[in-house]
Amino acid sequence: MSGTELLVAPLVFKILALLTVIFAVMAVALRNVFHCALAMAAMFILLSCVFVLMDADFLAVVQVLIYVGAIVVLVIFAIVLTEKISSETIRQTNQLVIPGFLICAALFVGALYVIRGAGWPSDVPAVQHDTIKLIGTQLLSTHLEAFEVASVLLLAALVGAVFLGKEINKK
Amino acid sequence: MIPMTHYLILGAVLFAIGVFGVLTRRNAIGILIAIEIMLGAVNLNLVAFSRFVETSTLNGQVFAVFVMTVAAGEAAVGLALILALYRSMRAVFADRFNILKW
Repeated sequence: MSGTELLVAPLVFKILALLTVIFAVMAVALRNVFHCALAMAAMFILLSCVFVLMDADFLAVVQVLIYVGAIVVLVIFAIVLTEKISSETIRQTNQLVIPGFLICAALFVGALYVIRGAGWPSDVPAVQHDTIKLIGTQLLSTHLEAFEVASVLLLAALVGAVFLGKEINKK
Repeated sequence: MIPMTHYLILGAVLFAIGVFGVLTRRNAIGILIAIEIMLGAVNLNLVAFSRFVETSTLNGQVFAVFVMTVAAGEAAVGLALILALYRSMRAVFADRFNILKW
């Protein structure tokens, strides 16, 4: 690792983390659900940049493909197929804003306490993997059963989505 | 060199934001968006563990692939459910779906 990289990487991480958190807050707090979906897309692109910082290049690409390419498109389809969800007069939050904020603040403080308290290994040198090859080998050897179960799960999700999305003929 | 705790704290912040969204949103699609944010935070933690703790096997990244699979299936079925509910009740607000209550 060169000297400039040592200096630049933490700065890049801080900027990425700040932008990710801002877009995540926008995705849960904006009034218009369509804007929320777009903020979620931006958040996942930034999160994949954080993955690149951790040498997970394959996962970064897959994240952009699946989340931004598939899930955000699905969400936007669902938004445009339902109506009057973003007009100014409709309340977008329930009465739980203050208790919900307190609960998630408590959750974050608890997680922070655990993260600070646990003795994580520090300064682990980066191991240069051929990530695509290694993940492929792992998927088809060590995790073969889980891989097969995932394929069945995807088939079930496919059939379930088609069945639920189909217009039911009323007599 | 970025310490591992920074990634974990970012994951915790994103997860807390997702929990806030799930608790406070009325729109069912908004709740689904918040759930996806929580799954993304979990993926961030898994990749951080695979980078710093279990560096030789990339098990964390393989697990993150499975989490993404489940997230994709969940989004497809969840949005189909929301569309079916909208078709029968003309609403996407979670507090309107109360016909199973007394």
